[in-house]
Amino acid sequence: MTSTRRFLRGAAAVAALLTATTALTACSSKGGAQSQDAAGGGKRLTVAMVTHEQPGDTFWDKIRAGAQDAARDHNVDLKYSNNENGPEQATLVQNAIDSKVDGLAVTLSNADAVIPVVKKAVEARIPVVVFNQGIDQYAQAGAKMYFGSDEDLAGQTVGKRIASDGGGKALCVIQAQGSVALEARCAGVKKTFPNTENIYVNGADKPAEQASIGGKLQQDPAITHVVTLGAGDAMAALNAETDSGSKAKVVTFDLNPDAAKAIKDGKIGFSVDQQPYVQGYMAVTALWLNLTNGNDLGGGKPVLTGPSFVDATNIDQILPYTSNNKR
Amino acid sequence: MSAPTTVPPPRTAEPPRPPGRSLISRVLGRPEVGAVAAAVAIFIFFFAIAPVFRTPPAFSTVLYASSTIGIVAVGVCLLMIGGEFDLSSGVSVVTSALTAAMVSFQLSLNIWVGVVVSLIVALGIGFFNGYMVCRTGIPSFLITLSSFFMLRGINLGVTKAVTGTVATPNVSELDGFATGKAIFASDIDLGFINIKITVLWWLLFTAIATWILLRTRVGNWIFAAGGNAASARAVGVPVSKVKIGLFMGVAFVAWFYGMHLMFSFSSVQSGLGIGNEFIYIIAVVVGGALLTGGYGSALGAAVGAFIFGMTTQGIVFAGFDPNWFFTFLGAMLLLAVLVNLYVKNYSLTRK
Repeated sequence: MTSTRRFLRGAAAVAALLTATTALTACSSKGGAQSQDAAGGGKRLTVAMVTHEQPGDTFWDKIRAGAQDAARDHNVDLKYSNNENGPEQATLVQNAIDSKVDGLAVTLSNADAVIPVVKKAVEARIPVVVFNQGIDQYAQAGAKMYFGSDEDLAGQTVGKRIASDGGGKALCVIQAQGSVALEARCAGVKKTFPNTENIYVNGADKPAEQASIGGKLQQDPAITHVVTLGAGDAMAALNAETDSGSKAKVVTFDLNPDAAKAIKDGKIGFSVDQQPYVQGYMAVTALWLNLTNGNDLGGGKPVLTGPSFVDATNIDQILPYTSNNKR
Repeated sequence: MSAPTTVPPPRTAEPPRPPGRSLISRVLGRPEVGAVAAAVAIFIFFFAIAPVFRTPPAFSTVLYASSTIGIVAVGVCLLMIGGEFDLSSGVSVVTSALTAAMVSFQLSLNIWVGVVVSLIVALGIGFFNGYMVCRTGIPSFLITLSSFFMLRGINLGVTKAVTGTVATPNVSELDGFATGKAIFASDIDLGFINIKITVLWWLLFTAIATWILLRTRVGNWIFAAGGNAASARAVGVPVSKVKIGLFMGVAFVAWFYGMHLMFSFSSVQSGLGIGNEFIYIIAVVVGGALLTGGYGSALGAAVGAFIFGMTTQGIVFAGFDPNWFFTFLGAMLLLAVLVNLYVKNYSLTRK
């Protein structure tokens, strides 16, 4: 009995401590914002960025790095939130509207779910910029600008390049089932290089992904090119080739330091980069320009941040930027 | 099969209490009291640190987020009191929505046909889960884990095969969509606050479940089946029927929330819902139910869902760094469970 009591008293203390710690964290962050406010002078704008990021992804880290750099450069208070599921992301956009932010940057990966609430933001006279995903839907949502890559175009350029490379058969590796954007990339590849087969792998489990790609390469020796849709997946594909003894060329979408080094070493043919840092930076900057100077970019058309080729010809210039999380 | 059994006389509400037990003691004896205390603490916490949290629109958003968890959690709660798990609840929400959207769109039917067909499919899944558990005696954790994986594959595979993409077409042009939207996904203006209709459904389902648990014979059966199935069977409780019914109850609320998804967002992505089954279970457990069955309350599940919705949105309203989101969420849940434990023990030792 007494031991239970003692445990309970301990539990209550832990609970109190937790509350206190969280409260303290909150207070200091508030203080920081206020002190910066005083230093900068004038009204500090608040921009909400709501994305479909799956937490802990290197690609999204670059988008956030760009957004944060832009927020710092323009003295904007950036409120970032994310959820990979459309309905939950829509609720987060509603959350931003409730918070009366000055501007909203949003991704439309789950367009049907998110558009209705983006329209509400437009009705509430919050300027909206769509970035990363939603090139076909951003205008319908009432957004003024779009920054991102055209996935279909990017896929087509990859397909053309494989064709001119004398490819026989391409394997397009989709690392997350059910993503419209990833499907569009592989569909684009198939448009300009018809002998393309899709394979679904679990990108969240790299060893399993490697095994799946390796198994496919062993099963089908006709494959001459492996197209991966993310830089981390390209590394898994390279390992799979070593395991299976395949000679297929790996080409990839997006970049990370390892993939950049592999391009330099000639292990990866090329990368089509959609420049995530630029997407995050421009989304915040465009909102800032709009709010402070009434500008808009793109002349009513999407502003493309990709496809931008990274290969042996320009890797020397780009390689240093990959290590500080900007490419 | 079984001989006519002697059913214990329907007991009204709870067993008679020893005289002289005060109202406070009785309130403290309820399963959900700890969760209520934790909810109040978390509410005060966010109220104090996040100015936006105090506005009516923000509260409406919190209620909406809670209701999307709470509707399914009600069914999961009854099932868990009945001593079983359902790991397929998250994906069967999406299966229902996909079925309704694809059946009505591909065949160009009134959307209500799809709604009814998907209800039948959902109840079929619930029946399958319940029947397999009762028939084989394999733990429901394993049976419904299999259902979870199968449905997850079916959701993607069938959607891709039927529509050619990974999401259903937009169904908002079909006949009957407007009435469906009014029922499953409309906004209600209460003057000072604009709330989603799911909040009302959530409260209604919670009230019905509470009534079943506390005021009906079926409620007693559920507690008995979850507490000790063998003894319950010995005194004549139709344990298998109760459990199959509970699985179908989960299927029903999952279907209901699936209809909300479809009517609210007009098209359904096939990859949704994965992982939500744990959120429902967490809401139920935070609300005071035992993982072992036989004890819990529907009101507690509602409070658990409210804690979850309040915390997920409150963290954003407070502007915490989203990298730490799950850390805050975990700390809040731990806090809720600890307060829950403390209050429960306090009420038990109180004379």
